[in-house]
Amino acid sequence: MVSALLVAEHDGRDLNPSTARCVTCAASFASDAVDVVVFADRGQAVAEQAAALIGVRNVLLVERPENAQPLAAVLAPQVAALAADYSHVLGPSTTFGKDLMPRVAALLGVGQLSDIMAAETPYRFERPIYAGNAIVNVEADAQTKLVATVRTASYALAGTDGSARIEARTLEVDLPEHTRYVELRSDLDASRPDLQSAARVVSGGRGLGSAENFDLVYALADALGAAVGASRAAVDAGYVANDLQVGQTGKIIAPELYVAVGISGAIQHLTGIKDARTIVAINKDEEAPIFDVADIGLVADLFTAVPELIEALKK
Amino acid sequence: MQRLLVCLKRVVDYNVRVRLKPDGSGVILDGIKMSINPFDEIALEEALRIKERGQAQEIVVVSLGTSESQQQLRTGLAMGADRAILVETADQLAPLTVARALRVLVERESPDLVLLGKQAIDADNNQTAQMLAALWERPQATFVSEFTVEGNRATAVREVDAGLEVIEIDLPAVVSTDLRLNEPRYVKLPDIMKAKKKPLDTITLADLGVEADAQFEITHTGPPPERDKGIMVRDVAALVAKLRSRGLVDG
Ligand SMILES: Cc1cc2nc3c(=O)[nH]c(=O)nc-3n(C[C@H](O)[C@H](O)[C@H](O)COP(=O)(O)OP(=O)(O)OC[C@H]3O[C@@H](n4cnc5c(N)ncnc54)[C@H](O)[C@@H]3O)c2cc1C
Ligand SMILES: Nc1ncnc2c1ncn2[C@@H]1O[C@H](COP(=O)(O)O)[C@@H](O)[C@H]1O
Repeated sequence: MVSALLVAEHDGRDLNPSTARCVTCAASFASDAVDVVVFADRGQAVAEQAAALIGVRNVLLVERPENAQPLAAVLAPQVAALAADYSHVLGPSTTFGKDLMPRVAALLGVGQLSDIMAAETPYRFERPIYAGNAIVNVEADAQTKLVATVRTASYALAGTDGSARIEARTLEVDLPEHTRYVELRSDLDASRPDLQSAARVVSGGRGLGSAENFDLVYALADALGAAVGASRAAVDAGYVANDLQVGQTGKIIAPELYVAVGISGAIQHLTGIKDARTIVAINKDEEAPIFDVADIGLVADLFTAVPELIEALKK
Repeated sequence: MQRLLVCLKRVVDYNVRVRLKPDGSGVILDGIKMSINPFDEIALEEALRIKERGQAQEIVVVSLGTSESQQQLRTGLAMGADRAILVETADQLAPLTVARALRVLVERESPDLVLLGKQAIDADNNQTAQMLAALWERPQATFVSEFTVEGNRATAVREVDAGLEVIEIDLPAVVSTDLRLNEPRYVKLPDIMKAKKKPLDTITLADLGVEADAQFEITHTGPPPERDKGIMVRDVAALVAKLRSRGLVDG
């Protein structure tokens, strides 16, 4: 029987939206046998959010002080211990899931499938390779437990008026002490929409020229009610922090509207925005590859076009 | 530290736009420029800097692949690695198989650190480091953008979705690199000459007692869905009009 265990991602207070997207993926092939496990120090509130997701059967809550932080070395043996009851064990393809799921798979002595973007059957999947420039169909051995990550940008959020059962679990598993959490440095601005779930995103690239000039991107984002993103070049140049990077090695996003300002459109960047509904590009170079994927392109100097755009949107 | 093990995978150069075989059997590799996976170059650079700070004695580079991977190992030796091991195989190995092979090499070489890229940019798996750490029952510091070793511990700054996560790990351990960890050095001509004299051992998977894992089979490789052809607008007013008519902005 096909049954899936999803590892919930959360920050101790809120369930990350990636989990609701994984539920949609799991429900597409394991219909009524989808459980979610929450590892936390105190996780009742997060477990309740998981229990509200439509499609979830049971929420397993594993509370233990060591689970206060999401350390893969600590969580993996616990996931592996729970895996016996399931044919599939899934996590999101966020940095949390990418860190954890391969470790789980290796503990179970099985391989791992990365970035499921579609499931045809419980053992036939599509996933991207070469930064999304090719899509492969993968057939997994049905006799082997399947550990995988879900490309969250490929799936919609599950609804939230469900009411799954919450079950506290105690696991007799020795946990390693060789890995210790120190801190999270984050200058995420909580007053702005979250890059990974926002309906609109404005990203800036090297064309902005400086951290001060990047304020233009923020101003346009404010005018649109959008989240802010960036190219790698903008992050490397120190205009913004790493958590705003969009692309192959940053975040893969699927907003309704993506506005690329002063971004050339390198393949590694485009990987991150392929699923955006509408891509708008503003670039002064008409040859820039971003125009090959843009739905609406404007060849212009961003320093005149963006302020004009902000003004026009206010009207 | 005595020894650092660094993994170098031969992959299609990141500047190449891959083309697919029309019959769906894979990507065209004939005549394509191949390079060290960019994340692996960063892993090697980090190892070199650790050694140059006097914190390690020897750097061993490892690759699993066809005999052509010797090129990437030679480049690694030219960058400054001391010796190289090629695990020769004709197959594209699954990360689990690579991790199992590395696990045996770790037993033989007893490194204090194994440094890998966070992902190979061909299959974009992002698994091998984590799997090796699990099989070895040692710490993993993945997606690392800052790394400092002090005695038998290290501190790693990791690039995570929420920002930068700092962890402390005991050695030996496995590290996977992110792009901002460092900027790899360029290889100089004299170093390429010197590298020719450095030892490069070739062994097979069977020598390591490892069999290729076959859980996953790729049945078809195709192009991604195409986006509709876009339009160009003349000015900001036209852009705003388009956004409004498509219901993408309010008003
Ligand atoms: C392994 C690997 C992984 C990578 N991962 C990522 C990733 O995840 N995300 C990512 O973004 N990149 C990634 N990169 C880097 C990528 O290859 C590009 O270098 C990067 O995306 C370039 O950023 P950019 O477009 O901002 O800069 P540039 O390529 O320098 O482009 C700047 C653009 O701004 C335009 N411009 C300049 N001034 C103005 C002006 N006044 N008005 C209008 N336009 C202007 C220029 O015409 C140009 O097109 C990766 C690279 C590698 C090797
Ligand atoms: N065949 C290989 N040879 C050498 N190193 C490899 C090989 N496969 C994977 N690696 C290492 O593991 C990292 C992650 O690869 P992957 O898990 O395949 O994305 C790479 O960046 C390499 O450092």
